[in-house]
Amino acid sequence: MPKSLTFLLMDAPYEQSRTATAFRLIHTALERGIGVRVFAYEGAVSLPVTQQKPHPNALHGRGLEEEAHPTPHLWVSALMQAAKDKGVEFDWVNCGLCVDERGATEVVAGVRRGSPADFWKMATETANTVVIATR
Amino acid sequence: MVMTSYLIVESRDPFESHGFARRCEVAAALKADGASVTVFLVENGVIAARGSARLAELEQLAKAGVSVIADEFSLRERGIAAAELAASVKAVPLEAVTDQMVAGAKVLWN
Repeated sequence: MPKSLTFLLMDAPYEQSRTATAFRLIHTALERGIGVRVFAYEGAVSLPVTQQKPHPNALHGRGLEEEAHPTPHLWVSALMQAAKDKGVEFDWVNCGLCVDERGATEVVAGVRRGSPADFWKMATETANTVVIATR
Repeated sequence: MVMTSYLIVESRDPFESHGFARRCEVAAALKADGASVTVFLVENGVIAARGSARLAELEQLAKAGVSVIADEFSLRERGIAAAELAASVKAVPLEAVTDQMVAGAKVLWN
């Protein structure tokens, strides 16, 4: 049985480099045929929110395309597609209470609602777990 | 008995706080306790990887037998060339981290 890894993310989008590093790490795992389970806690439940929109940068005179503003929900979708292409598992669970607190209900298709009990299950069922906490 | 492995991820600029030094002490202590220990520098943590930074903590890690690796992407982002790295630091792709995770290393993310 192929191994899978669990990642617990806590940072909200557009806040920290940690999120980009976590996404790079998850993508690297998927590309190597390693399944990934993500438990998004606190601000991280907003990462897959589909209402995020890119914007131009008038200050630097760059249009929408040239600015290529990062849009985390597209990164989540891209990770899901990468997993599908590789034929490996990818599961993203948003903490339900955190979702309710933030109203982060419109999310990428495939993102599930869960609780910290799901994180415990992920941690016990996968080869390893990394917690990337806020600070 | 299986040797415990630790991967200590350091993402903070070492000149920003004393946290870097404390975590290097933890890494050396774990190594002295018989564990296999790797410190992975990423994001602003790679500032520590420059030879010109002359960080005593890196020398202490090397003496203790702790491996220090640095994320190639973070180094490129900050314009730090391979030739500028401290002798004890090795630039690696992110696969080095997933490999250690799959192998069961306990990951401490800072």
